[in-house]
Amino acid sequence: MAETSQLSTEIAESPSSEAKVAIDGFTEEGENLSPLNTGTEQHGARRHSHGDEPVVPEASRGERLKSYRLADFAPLTGREEDWRFTPLKRLRGLDSKPLTGQGPTVTVTGASNVQVETVDRTDSRFGSAAVPEDRVSAAAWEAVSTATVVTIPEETVADCEVTVSVRGTDNTVAAQHIIIDARRFSRAVVVLDHHGSAVLAQNVEIVVGDGAELTVVSVQEWDDDAVHVSSQQAKLGRDARFKHVVVSLGGDLVRLTPSSFFTAPGSEVEMYGLYFADAGQHLEQRLLVDHAVPNCKSRVTYKGALQGKDAHTVWVGDVLIRKEAEGTDTYEVNRNLVLTDGARSDSVPNLEIETGLIEGAGHASATGRFDDEHLFYLMARGIDEKTARRLVVRGFLNEVIQQIKVPVLEERLTEAVERELAAGNY
Amino acid sequence: MSTLEIKDLHVSIETEQGTKPILKGVSLTINTGETHAIMGPNGSGKSTLASTIAGHPRYTVDSGSITLDGEDVLAMSVDERARAGLFLAMQYPVEVPGVTMTNFLRTAKTALDGEAPSLRHWTKDVKEAMTQLRIDADFAQRNVNEGFSGGEKKRVEILQLELFKPKFAILDETDSGLDVDALKVVSEGVNREHGKGEMGTLLITHYTRILRYIKPDFVHVFVDGRIAEQGGHELADRLEEEGYDRFLVPGTATTGA
Ligand SMILES: Nc1ncnc2c1ncn2[C@@H]1O[C@H](COP(=O)(O)OP(=O)(O)OP(=O)(O)O)[C@@H](O)[C@H]1O
Ligand SMILES: [Mg+2]
Repeated sequence: MAETSQLSTEIAESPSSEAKVAIDGFTEEGENLSPLNTGTEQHGARRHSHGDEPVVPEASRGERLKSYRLADFAPLTGREEDWRFTPLKRLRGLDSKPLTGQGPTVTVTGASNVQVETVDRTDSRFGSAAVPEDRVSAAAWEAVSTATVVTIPEETVADCEVTVSVRGTDNTVAAQHIIIDARRFSRAVVVLDHHGSAVLAQNVEIVVGDGAELTVVSVQEWDDDAVHVSSQQAKLGRDARFKHVVVSLGGDLVRLTPSSFFTAPGSEVEMYGLYFADAGQHLEQRLLVDHAVPNCKSRVTYKGALQGKDAHTVWVGDVLIRKEAEGTDTYEVNRNLVLTDGARSDSVPNLEIETGLIEGAGHASATGRFDDEHLFYLMARGIDEKTARRLVVRGFLNEVIQQIKVPVLEERLTEAVERELAAGNY
Repeated sequence: MSTLEIKDLHVSIETEQGTKPILKGVSLTINTGETHAIMGPNGSGKSTLASTIAGHPRYTVDSGSITLDGEDVLAMSVDERARAGLFLAMQYPVEVPGVTMTNFLRTAKTALDGEAPSLRHWTKDVKEAMTQLRIDADFAQRNVNEGFSGGEKKRVEILQLELFKPKFAILDETDSGLDVDALKVVSEGVNREHGKGEMGTLLITHYTRILRYIKPDFVHVFVDGRIAEQGGHELADRLEEEGYDRFLVPGTATTGA
């Protein structure tokens, strides 16, 4: 039914229960009466659209340059595989200027039994989880002189959520470094709460020790003019559980590159994302799951809504199953809901499989439009247009919010989504 | 008592080949308590009539009128028509992403009544109606029509009919895709609501079998965008035996009749 629903979908070897388009245009009776649904173009839905610029191809995601030195990364042209969707001009110099600004203030609150330090860059924990994979990340790495380190001690269960509040106060280009160190058998939820105004290049290093259970939620509720480029790399030990949640709502340009690296067997990651782009906003997320060892599991679910002129979202999901990673079980899905004309959503799942000895590997990507048929159905039941749209978006995004499983945060994010919806002028 | 009056209705749609006239002068009056069956071959314009009454944006009314107790229905938006008391059980109900049935039903009921239903009564009403239509309780937590079978979708349309209590129900091929048991269950639902004496019913169907369960007072045969013949219940019996062939003018033959 691909041609009759306004969706494109891509499913490879996915578990059958999930091999299903979430937003289906019509019934299995196979008829779609609406001429409004037949063209994919007019709905802004596209299959794995690749920007218009010629792109420098990349042999394998696993071979991307990694370096702590800025000089190793050539100046950006926009033709690089990993920058092709990003409007470089709107980086406001994060890729080209010295990152000398003061940077946002960091305040850590919450659990009383975790350790919070500000350390000098000579501290041995610098580089314990991450190596920059792009120019802005490397620039930030070189620019910072200190880092905020949150340590959850061995076998400690944090007595409540840890909130790392990152409040931006000015627009000078700045760099920042945060290290989250979840030691062996610890358990914690750490929320990175970004707000205010900033032009920030950020590296977040996350160590998930053997048997540790860590949730990191990165919330971007920046002011309208903020620019935020953040590399968030996690290194997982044996039998670790890591949940990473991205919530991007505010900011002019927000580009997150969350990565999970498996270094020992028996570990699991869940990566969730929720983004809601308004007119003019560019919200980009490029994630990587690197299955380099046997018997690890990963699940990725990102959902985005778009409304307004030139709202742009990008999702790139790289999942790498290396030769050694036998018994891997992975599934990633991205769904986007385009609410108005003039918004654009790019979705690129990328699964590289180097061994056949796996449990399962699949991906799905769909960009649907809340279209006239959905609207008609709800309105034919007496529901006005505005309420109908809210009903749909709320439901669509709630699916991710419910996965966070931190009640206070779920509540707060539900409210934030409501505010986004209220701000939309239909 | 209410009256839904359709007068000399001409409707067209925009296609890639240009404007295509579909309804070519339809007149029909339905009063509260009456059941009218519209029967006709595929493509004769039955759904077009139903969707036009509900206000689907695809259809352009070129001339004619639709009034509900004298009020101009064509001037109303889709949601206003529903709130005025018109209900369309769709031939192909759409799947609505992210919205649970529970949430949808309550939101619609609130919109239709202008106030939220008392939670206790509402929950009870929904449960009862679902049981009577043999809809599993877990449907309440599922997204609207998502992954429902053809028959399940139709039951859910009738569930809404029973909960929303419209002045006029337009049932577009509610019988298609139903097995005999489901057809009975669904017909009983319609009859329950109709039997309260506060609703008029416009039953659109291609086949006569649903008319064994829902007895029409009037039968209208639809051919090529017009009512070709009307009569009482006996007309349906004739159609059962003879089919639509005698109505099909050579050259205007429609498919699959
Ligand atoms: N989107 C469309 N594009 C082109 N033609 C259309 C479109 N929608 C309807 N039509 C045409 O309009 C005419 C009437 O269609 P309609 O759906 O009203 O018929 P129907 O009587 O309900 O048929 P069925 O018994 O198959 O449900 C048909 O010829 C149909 O092909
Ligand atoms: Mg029809």
